[in-house]
Amino acid sequence: MSGANAGKWLVLERVTKRYSNFLAVDGIDLELRNGEFLTILGPSGSGKTTTLMMVAGFTPPTSGSILMNGRSIAGLAPERRNIGVVFQNYALFPHMSVAENVAFPLKMRSETRSITSERVARALDMVQLGGLGGRLPRQLSGGQQQRVALARALVFGPDLLLMDEPLGALDKNLREQMQFELKRLHVNLGITVLYVTHDQEEALTMADRVALMNRGRIEQIGPAETLYERPANRFVAEFVGESNILSGVLEPTHEAGRAWFVPARGPRFLVSLDRSETPPGEDCLLVVRPEKLSLGPAADAGDEGLRGRVTQLVYVGDFTRYRVELDGGLVLTLKRPNSTRSFRPAEGEAVRLFLDPDDVCILRDRKGERT
Amino acid sequence: MVMAGQRRPMGPGQAGFWRSRQGLLVLPPLIFYLLVYIYPLSRLWAWSFFDQHFTLEFYRELFDEPAYFKALTNTLEISFLAAALSLMLGYPMAYLMATTSPRARNVLMAFVLIPFWTSILVRTFAWIVILGKNGLVNHLLGRLGLIDEPAKLLFNMTSVQIGMVHVLLPFMVFPLYGVMSRIDPSLVRVARSLGASPRRAFLRVFLPLSLPGIGAGCVITFLLAVGFYVTPALLGGQGEITLVMLIDMMVNTLLNWGLAATLGIVLLVVVGIIFAVFSSLLGVERVTGK
Ligand SMILES: Nc1ncnc2c1ncn2[C@@H]1O[C@H](COP(=O)(O)OP(=O)(O)O)[C@@H](O)[C@H]1O
Ligand SMILES: [Mg+2]
Repeated sequence: MSGANAGKWLVLERVTKRYSNFLAVDGIDLELRNGEFLTILGPSGSGKTTTLMMVAGFTPPTSGSILMNGRSIAGLAPERRNIGVVFQNYALFPHMSVAENVAFPLKMRSETRSITSERVARALDMVQLGGLGGRLPRQLSGGQQQRVALARALVFGPDLLLMDEPLGALDKNLREQMQFELKRLHVNLGITVLYVTHDQEEALTMADRVALMNRGRIEQIGPAETLYERPANRFVAEFVGESNILSGVLEPTHEAGRAWFVPARGPRFLVSLDRSETPPGEDCLLVVRPEKLSLGPAADAGDEGLRGRVTQLVYVGDFTRYRVELDGGLVLTLKRPNSTRSFRPAEGEAVRLFLDPDDVCILRDRKGERT
Repeated sequence: MVMAGQRRPMGPGQAGFWRSRQGLLVLPPLIFYLLVYIYPLSRLWAWSFFDQHFTLEFYRELFDEPAYFKALTNTLEISFLAAALSLMLGYPMAYLMATTSPRARNVLMAFVLIPFWTSILVRTFAWIVILGKNGLVNHLLGRLGLIDEPAKLLFNMTSVQIGMVHVLLPFMVFPLYGVMSRIDPSLVRVARSLGASPRRAFLRVFLPLSLPGIGAGCVITFLLAVGFYVTPALLGGQGEITLVMLIDMMVNTLLNWGLAATLGIVLLVVVGIIFAVFSSLLGVERVTGK
């Protein structure tokens, strides 16, 4: 590979798709490195499928360009792109056996019979379906059908694998198992994967990088950790994981890199400005994850922490969810592990809430702007 | 199609209850069929063997007279051709309906349905006007300078086929459309992504999956064509006399009910054999089951 896009297997530049008066995809930029596993995450209707269909060649972009390995693939028919596609509904050919399904792309490439049967067998083994080649798709379980679709999309050695919510129709246990297997396959084959899901957990666990899409735009793109720890805006903070989002103002302190966060109601507290893009004095949003807050008994000596009262308590097995109302009416949600040693207040109990200044994220408050 | 989607969900404890109720539902059509179909048919069957006493005379007469055999082959030929032409015209139509936008689909659907609003008799007479010596078609062809004297379009196979296909087309389009609309469009897409050209994706994926519709459409149009009377009678010439026209002649003009019954039975048997062969070739299980 050479040129400016060396190592960038797939590049989307200002790609737009307009349906009559509706912008399904609104000028997105996306770059995938060779061998990367990138997930497009987003609520339904955000334009994920449309993006994938443009890459696959089924939907022509209204504007923008798509490059594969440095070359534009505009005008290249889907059958000439050498891209494997896996749909949510599997899209197995119902009139062909499992082996015939997997052999289809090889047949289209006029491979010899011996090469075909050998590679079909290898592909079926790879997805642990060896011996089921003679069955019809409808004689397989959902998980097995998904594996056939995967084998069929990989058997011809595609340059890129596109998957549109491939695990959406499976139940939870099977989904987790398939996530694990997909990850293993990706590592073993070293193939570039563009994966679409609306399930944030799936996106966070599987991808090298996640692109969060909303209303046809990419809100943030980066490793899962970045999206979770340093959301770029309110939408990201709300969509990825749970958040307490408080609006307020920053006031300067004498401590370097710190400021007072003064919420609309309730007590002020110190926050770190490390992850802040807002200068003191301006309206801002504070984002803090429920598991980063901790609780202590109100009776303890000293006046650290914020005083409040547990208003609600939900036991969820591995953790308990608390709602704590601080003096002044500010309500925060907490997630605390259920270890025997930890402090576990009862409903209505007065508590102190601790917040590490480094665990918060300060966002610009874009009131009135799109989120 | 007719067979699909009739299963009802039933509570496990109420299986017997529902079964008996469903049995009752079948009763009225069953009685109706017994009265107006099975009973007359058995009478017909009896007539073909009796002329005062038991006799095979009618069957002998049938095989001795070449005109009768000619009428039978005429009927089958006309019906085959009509079904084949309906398929050729109906398949692209149904394909378009199944693959286009909902709005365009409604327009196409209207085009298919509108002819239903007019009686077959009126439509057949309309063809006589259109295809006649001084009709619209000849007039246009003459004006365009394509022909010097009026082409003979009427009272031959051409006019019979035009008239019949016109009537039969919806009966081909609807079963085809029914099957095609249930073909998952992502199947063709996935075939493309796997390396199939549009033509190969159609031939290897869409066409095989639409076979049940082809089977149903062909069987329905063929059977309807066999029983057609008005159109071949009005638009056909001497060469297009069908078995049904012959039966009409036997009953209304010659008053030979025995021979008419025999012709009817022969037609029934021949059509039954053709249907059996056709459906085993296409696989009725694949047509109806799934
Ligand atoms: N063919 C189409 N015509 C008009 N609007 C469409 C078409 N396809 C998709 N859309 C619209 O584009 C938006 C994005 O759709 P899609 O890419 O399927 O979203 P996602 O896959 O993220 O759920 C949706 O609002 C959808 O209604
Ligand atoms: Mg989608």
